[in-house]
Amino acid sequence: MTYARRAWIVLWKDAVTERRAKATLNALLFFSLLLLFVFQFTLGADRERLVAALPGLLWLSFVLTGLVGLGRAFLVERENDCWDGLLLAPGDKSAIYLGKVAGNLILMLIVEVILLALFTVFFNVDIGRALPALALILPLGTIGFAAVGTLFAAMTAHVRAREVLFPVLLLPVQVPVLLGAVKATEAALAGESLGAVTPWLQLLVAGDVIYLVAGLLTFDAILES
Amino acid sequence: MTVDVDPKAPLDCLLSARGLRKAYGRHLVLDGIDLDVRRGEAVALLGANGAGKTTFLRIAATLVRPTSGRVVVAGADSTRDPETARRGLGFLGHGSWLYEDLTALENLRFWSTLGGHDTAISGLRAALAAVELDRWSDERVRTFSAGMKRRLAIARLVVARPRVLLLDEPFSGLDQHGSKWLEEHLQLFKSAGGAVVMSTHSFGRGFGVADRAAILAGGRLAADVAVASLGADGVRRLYDLAAEEGT
Repeated sequence: MTYARRAWIVLWKDAVTERRAKATLNALLFFSLLLLFVFQFTLGADRERLVAALPGLLWLSFVLTGLVGLGRAFLVERENDCWDGLLLAPGDKSAIYLGKVAGNLILMLIVEVILLALFTVFFNVDIGRALPALALILPLGTIGFAAVGTLFAAMTAHVRAREVLFPVLLLPVQVPVLLGAVKATEAALAGESLGAVTPWLQLLVAGDVIYLVAGLLTFDAILES
Repeated sequence: MTVDVDPKAPLDCLLSARGLRKAYGRHLVLDGIDLDVRRGEAVALLGANGAGKTTFLRIAATLVRPTSGRVVVAGADSTRDPETARRGLGFLGHGSWLYEDLTALENLRFWSTLGGHDTAISGLRAALAAVELDRWSDERVRTFSAGMKRRLAIARLVVARPRVLLLDEPFSGLDQHGSKWLEEHLQLFKSAGGAVVMSTHSFGRGFGVADRAAILAGGRLAADVAVASLGADGVRRLYDLAAEEGT
């Protein structure tokens, strides 16, 4: 119970801080709009190219906005030396990690839903039939991203070149999850059943579990170092 | 859980440092510091800028690992068993550990939940009242002055109820009234059996709390004297002498 309360209070703190300051959400939404304008300009009115590229574009947008959001995850802990307080808090530090991952996951999912809605408007595509499948694929693809992203954000929080190091570390590790997510999204948008992409979904689940467990096991050492 | 007590330390010792060394590369900041702080005792850590006061406090607080030597806090070796040591100590550094977009009450609630302390709203409000911030409990910290933030950081320690207080220049940023309140609070903390180590540059504000003065110079403990035997002026002369020798 204490573990859950500690994870919850970290999530609550991040949510309240973000709701009041809106620093990350505003930046992400602005960045998303910018991406959509660039994609729209590049693809033009060619619907065939658009349909073929849509799954990749969606996840490219999610990854790029995720990088911006996750990169800011520990900035608030550096202000006023709050990081020291987290380090000195007695008890299992993985509760702090879990709270941070949950906060990042919620923020990323909010942005992804808004992005998805903007995609349908900007590119005039109908994703209505694919929505139930996307409701499963999006969280599965985002959990692994948030898990490993939160871990690397903590790892690079005190590094001088963190803006460069963070994506360089994160993106290669993220490749398997990204592949699974794009392939599953492609099938969903093409109207195929999820059964046809079971191996990719299994890869997503495996990636999520591995990244989350790795984060839970190593966060204490990262915080201490 | 390893509970480790130094056999050479006095029995009523709440903090005991032995042969503490800390080097950053080739720069030696602390060079073999031995210091004991007993129950109900306050030690003022004095020294020029860069003398190693903050480094000593951060090592004792388990935030920095020593190059060699050890510190036992409330019976636990802070290097080998930092988790147990952390349960017995309260640390106030230069940073306030405050989230600017949370209110005063929310900040206290966050840290007390994370630290496993009492999170009852009445208790948190009482802690805010103790530092005279109860009128601002629902105001965001972003709107606070530096002195108010310092008081709120102290309220966090009031809630945590540690056995050992490690304070890095605790009186900086406080006005006369706040300083007086903190002095009284530290006297009460001592009389309840707590131990205090605080770094300070001032022989005025807050110095009256100290029972002993430990003067750091050139990384070494140049003097460890009872304040009552020398008086503040005597300690100041010793401090000047040690600072000259240290440079």
